[in-house]
Amino acid sequence: MSDVYGIGAFKLDVLREIGNIGAGNAATALSRLLDKPVDMAVPQVSLLPFEQIAEIVGGSEQIVIAVFLRVEGDAPGNMFFIIEEPSAKRMMHRLLSLDIREQEGYSEMELSALCEIGNILGGSYLSSLADFTGLSLMPTVPSVAVDMAGAILSYGLLQFGEMGDSALLIETSFLEGRDLLEGHFFLIPDPDSFNKIFRALGVTTE
Amino acid sequence: MTQQVTVKVGMADLNIATDGALIRTTGLGSCVGVTLYDSAARVAGMAHVMLPSSEIARESAFNAAKYADSAVPALIALMEEAGASVKRMVAKMAGGAQMFAFATQSDTMRIGPRNVESCKQALSLLSIPLRSEDTGANYGRTIELDSRTGILTIRSVQYGLKEI
Repeated sequence: MSDVYGIGAFKLDVLREIGNIGAGNAATALSRLLDKPVDMAVPQVSLLPFEQIAEIVGGSEQIVIAVFLRVEGDAPGNMFFIIEEPSAKRMMHRLLSLDIREQEGYSEMELSALCEIGNILGGSYLSSLADFTGLSLMPTVPSVAVDMAGAILSYGLLQFGEMGDSALLIETSFLEGRDLLEGHFFLIPDPDSFNKIFRALGVTTE
Repeated sequence: MTQQVTVKVGMADLNIATDGALIRTTGLGSCVGVTLYDSAARVAGMAHVMLPSSEIARESAFNAAKYADSAVPALIALMEEAGASVKRMVAKMAGGAQMFAFATQSDTMRIGPRNVESCKQALSLLSIPLRSEDTGANYGRTIELDSRTGILTIRSVQYGLKEI
């Protein structure tokens, strides 16, 4: 496993490309759903201490909406689609014409819709990744939570917890310019999955 | 008015607070916040435990604060250095939620309840009474222990503030 920690620039580029392909497809799917262009930032691949991971989405106590999918198959891992509250409400409005009052909380209908969006986006991320690598990757049924970012993201770090105090993750932000829809994709492959991904792409792992 | 100092405890981390300071950890999901308090010495300790047992550690030099079975003794050692006595310590804990519900219940998905169970075991091994707990369910918590009073304040998105 020292390989992940001593990961070279070339391998980081490979992982960044994985984020690019996966999130690119997901952004396209989202853009079709919303019937609006969705922009995507250059994926960030980083090895971060657990403590800093939640900072990406505004800190450990920031309230976010997260759809979580476990990736099963040849290279298991965890995937999160995270959006902030105002973005989620606006997206609901756009997609379902649900009336957004300034009410607290979410109805079952809204949560179910968010879950389905996560499902579509996660599915398109993974299927493009599976095509690219030739690996079999299947998402589990998604699950949605509205809670503190730290509490949610820590769930995806357990596999790394056994190895050390930091995790290697692929993060991609996307935004829909004018309405300020902002979201994040996190792919956190299990520590053992990295070598499988590299091998599938013909990147030598010693 | 003087501001109370707050000691921050990160994920897989532990620390102590003395001299009337507060000690706090944020965003507990399936992780458990174990707190110990010696009311005579006014020493408060907190650990943000991530995994149940150090037996599963695949790293050679592991971080004691991360695992329930190793965090409790490590926290006690640190508190005793600050003048606390294990005989006077009482425990409170919070966290161990199951953030996401799944049809298939693999062991990893049940990590919250397992963390709670493991913390209780570690406490009872050292005969430390568990005074109160707010564990389980499916929501995240932020906790704060006051070293002057031993009161543990729990904050969550859905239920606001709660003291135990």
